[in-house]
Amino acid sequence: MLRKEAAVAELNHYLILSAVLFTIGTAGVLLRRNLITILLSIEVMLNAVNLSFIAFGHFLGSSDGQIIVFFVITVAAAEAVVGLALVIALFRHVETLNPDAFRQLRG
Amino acid sequence: MDFNLVLFYAFAAIAVGATLLVVLQSNPVYSVLLLIGSFIGLAGLYVLLDAPFVAVIQIIIYAGAIMVLFLFVVMLLNAPREEPAPPGILESGMTRAVGAVLALAFALELAWALNHSRTLATTDAYDMPRSFSVPDIGQRLFQEYAFAFEATSILILVAMLGAITLAARRVAERSRRG
Amino acid sequence: MDSYIIPVVIAQLALLIGVFFALQISAAVMVYVERKVAARIQQRMGPTLVGPYGLLQPLADIIKLAMKEDTRPKAADPILFALAPIISAAAAFTAFAVVPFGAETDLFGLLDQPIPLQVADVNVAILWVFAVTSMGVYGIVLAGWSSNSKYSLLGALRSSAQMISYELSYGMALAAVLLLAGSMSIREIVDAQAGTWLYVIPRWFVFLQPIGFFIFMTAGVAETNRAPFDFPEAEQELVAGYHTEYSSMSFAMFFLAEYINMVTVSAIATNLYLGGWHGPLLPEWLGWIWFLIKVAFLLFFYVWMRWTLPRYRYDQLMAFGWKFLLPLSVFNLLATAAGVLYFGF
Repeated sequence: MLRKEAAVAELNHYLILSAVLFTIGTAGVLLRRNLITILLSIEVMLNAVNLSFIAFGHFLGSSDGQIIVFFVITVAAAEAVVGLALVIALFRHVETLNPDAFRQLRG
Repeated sequence: MDFNLVLFYAFAAIAVGATLLVVLQSNPVYSVLLLIGSFIGLAGLYVLLDAPFVAVIQIIIYAGAIMVLFLFVVMLLNAPREEPAPPGILESGMTRAVGAVLALAFALELAWALNHSRTLATTDAYDMPRSFSVPDIGQRLFQEYAFAFEATSILILVAMLGAITLAARRVAERSRRG
Repeated sequence: MDSYIIPVVIAQLALLIGVFFALQISAAVMVYVERKVAARIQQRMGPTLVGPYGLLQPLADIIKLAMKEDTRPKAADPILFALAPIISAAAAFTAFAVVPFGAETDLFGLLDQPIPLQVADVNVAILWVFAVTSMGVYGIVLAGWSSNSKYSLLGALRSSAQMISYELSYGMALAAVLLLAGSMSIREIVDAQAGTWLYVIPRWFVFLQPIGFFIFMTAGVAETNRAPFDFPEAEQELVAGYHTEYSSMSFAMFFLAEYINMVTVSAIATNLYLGGWHGPLLPEWLGWIWFLIKVAFLLFFYVWMRWTLPRYRYDQLMAFGWKFLLPLSVFNLLATAAGVLYFGF
């Protein structure tokens, strides 16, 4: 594979960055024990995907990338709203933000 | 090095650094603010990718509205007041190590998979000089994607109703408070 | 290529520094104007001791503020407490960066190429202003939260809720202007207002959009937390709202941010509705004089409103924003869209 001297940020740069951000988000969702931080990590994952959409849209010469990001942002907003409402409702019952405290449906 | 690449690394560093801190540190208020920093870094990257409209939209909606909502919820739920927030510490030792190794493996796998898409790896950035102006995006949004647009509007309405229903205090409580 | 870049870079830098200092001076001037106008409305004299006609009063105020002790409550979060006024002030200055205040000028022939009188020309300029104003909300929220005091927190939450609510009407009034002008760059919107109808009435958008202008100014006043929408920082109700615990230069930064936000809203209203720097009698390159006159008029209007109208109660304020102003702005947008489509404005 030819290695060109990188004078401009190429598609691969953006895709690797997107992969790194997505991994950080996934790690956050799986490892953190605080409901708000879990929701924030989900937002991080959505953003990583947005970045790769726009990168593809730019390098393939289509405006589809930007349009779908428009929709992803909107859906993320709706999902954050409902997620936070759930967190508030849960908090009213058990005064903690630790997901391990909600064990009533286990087993 | 071209200015484009310098800017790319600068914004990428901001985005990755802020995102790492979001996940690693324990105060939720700081996490929200760091995520806003990450969004600003990403907005810079979008501008580099010739998408200024989406960059500004992201700041307005994501960083300006959704994160304010997060911040409000974090502030209002802060029950134990002595500590800044219920600390979300990562669990001890072994879990952390295994988690880090798995995360690294995941990142490397994703990067490898993306790098090996041959058709994309050889695309030269400046073969596509088109930059999409806002009227172009608007036209496609309201013509080809009109159905998705309307469906998203209904989705937002449903989300609003759902949130109000879930988070509202029950009527009996309200009448008791007078 | 280098021969013309250096003077342009120097001119741009000079413009940047000039605008920065001009904003600060305008804030100082506003302090004086506010106190004098308030005094005259209340039939008293206002500051007269410091300098002729009290003109050096803002200088005295700044010296006083700079020499006060910078206190911090013991239980306050130190990072956020220090960061909040910085965010407020930075957002206020940044929002003005895309506002043009004059036609292209070549500085009496010193430059080979004319440069526009604007710090940065972005083609999504209106959205930029909107975005940076949304960021300014964080300064207030963090100030209230990090102060760790009940008056601060209540004031901050109310203030930020108010700002977010009125942002919607603000945005829709902006959208109506976008429909009329067909571009998001503020410079192009101003240039769409050049010329006159029938040689007498200037082609300002305020004549095409009177309701839009009303909505924009009302939302702008609410956005900058000024009377009659200044409940969150009302002295009688909340001590001083979100900046209760701040003193000395941090307080000065909030103060500065509020006045610069006022100037920004007035400047944008001038550009969007009152024709910017176009005006009769003066040549094009002196247009910035007209711009200053129009902005000064709007700022006087701001001060006049503060000392004339009683304050809205918080629930009245929110009801007004959601139940009256928002439907009105939607109606305005629809009517403008119909006008553009069928009558081809």
